[in-house]
Amino acid sequence: MVALSLVVSREASASKSARPQIAFSNVALNLGGKAIVEDLSLTVRPGEFLCIIGASGCGKTTALRLAAGLYQPTSGSVEFDGQPMRTPRRDIAIVFQDYGKALLPWRTAAGNVSLALEANNVPVSERAPRIDALLKKVGLPNHAGKYPAEMSGGMQQRLQIARCLAQDPKALLMDEPFGALDAMTRQGLQDEVLSLVAAANMTVIFVTHDLEEAIYLGDRVIGLLPNPGRIGIELTIDLPRPRDQLTTRENPEFLRLRRELFDFIKASEA
Amino acid sequence: MIPDRFKGLVFPAAALAALEIWARSVDLHSDSLAPPSAIAAAFGLAISDGAFLSATRDTLASAFAGLIIGGAIGLAFGIALGVFQVFDRLMEVTVEAVRPIPSIALLPIALIALGFGYRMEIAIIAFACVWPILILSRAAVQEVEPRLMEVARALRLSPADRVRKIIIPAALPRIFVAFRLAAGIALIVAVTVEIAINPIGLGAAIMAAQQGLQPDLMLAYLVWIGVIGYGLNAGLNLAQRHLFGRAALVGDPA
Repeated sequence: MVALSLVVSREASASKSARPQIAFSNVALNLGGKAIVEDLSLTVRPGEFLCIIGASGCGKTTALRLAAGLYQPTSGSVEFDGQPMRTPRRDIAIVFQDYGKALLPWRTAAGNVSLALEANNVPVSERAPRIDALLKKVGLPNHAGKYPAEMSGGMQQRLQIARCLAQDPKALLMDEPFGALDAMTRQGLQDEVLSLVAAANMTVIFVTHDLEEAIYLGDRVIGLLPNPGRIGIELTIDLPRPRDQLTTRENPEFLRLRRELFDFIKASEA
Repeated sequence: MIPDRFKGLVFPAAALAALEIWARSVDLHSDSLAPPSAIAAAFGLAISDGAFLSATRDTLASAFAGLIIGGAIGLAFGIALGVFQVFDRLMEVTVEAVRPIPSIALLPIALIALGFGYRMEIAIIAFACVWPILILSRAAVQEVEPRLMEVARALRLSPADRVRKIIIPAALPRIFVAFRLAAGIALIVAVTVEIAINPIGLGAAIMAAQQGLQPDLMLAYLVWIGVIGYGLNAGLNLAQRHLFGRAALVGDPA
């Protein structure tokens, strides 16, 4: 009995994880007559951390926006949890690179987080404690009353992440979220995102042009080729977790992957 | 020697002194000019006997009523045209055809329809105030940061919430600038209507002084209208800075 139920539950979990959270099938997108991405097929498992890299103009951000439902494919399909994506969904949160433009400058940190709770119809009485908890989670516990303009870039990006977490998303789509930040802030945020994502078991697509960042964060890295954007390389990252800024980056496997991606980018630009 | 903020007063003070000296030296008797001292005396008298007060009340009441009615119409249409592109295209020709009509050209029609008094004046002021607020609030709405609109889409905010929580707050500083501009226009149109035909307010009072051959009182009214205009603009500037901080001054056409 025990053994049987064990088998059943393992099968159930296996079939559950077999269904991808996000699935692109032969996706193409033309904008203004120009093919931006072509024949893009990829799947992301629930809880997986997928990084997308590529030279600029290769369609990384476009792929992310397709996953978000902000673009509709010209042909092919994008599915989330087995359902076709026709519009954005509240259980998919997007972290934009330009945090300065994505935050409401007339609302405080607490007010910006509140926007997502309001959108999700969270009752007023529950908002304050959840806002406090979210700001604490992203390391901004004492900044609830500050306006975005009074915060540093790193703090603003933390705030945007808090707003995304307030959506209680299944998937987090991040578009070069740390591209505009200095190296120290960026490393700190990388580790925080890893722990936040692991705690909430979220599926992540993370677009970056920083190859090391992609290897450091990801379970898998996809490299896109430009004109039109298509998949050129796919690497599984088997580095142990939790990852560490020093030991992970010194791991010979890390260096081998870095070399491989570096060569890929060089070849794609040639 | 002179504190910076008073330097701007040096020229007007010198000009007034020169005017006074000139008027006395030629022993001025004129239907159109008066020495500053006589203007000041007329000013004092008009304040103390309440003539300024009642005329100012009439003019400002009309100006504000017109501003509020025209502003509300302009704002509602401006936001609607900014949000719905289809509506904007549908109304484009109509707006561009009606907008250039000088508000004062409506005076004959307004007079027939509404007669002398507040209603006619308010209607003309409202017409004049609709356009700057409509055009500028439409532009402000159309130029809301596209990233914010994407955030609204990603959060699936309802259309009403998009307008209420994103578009209006984002456009508000520029809408307030439009409101300030329209307030100036309201005062100009109010006085113009009163000078042209309507027997109330500061415009009618300045005409009465002119026809009564009282240049000192006429010029006192002129100075007073200037003071009101200055005060109105200063007050709205103060409110703007207080409400929106430095961000408000971005996109200020003035």
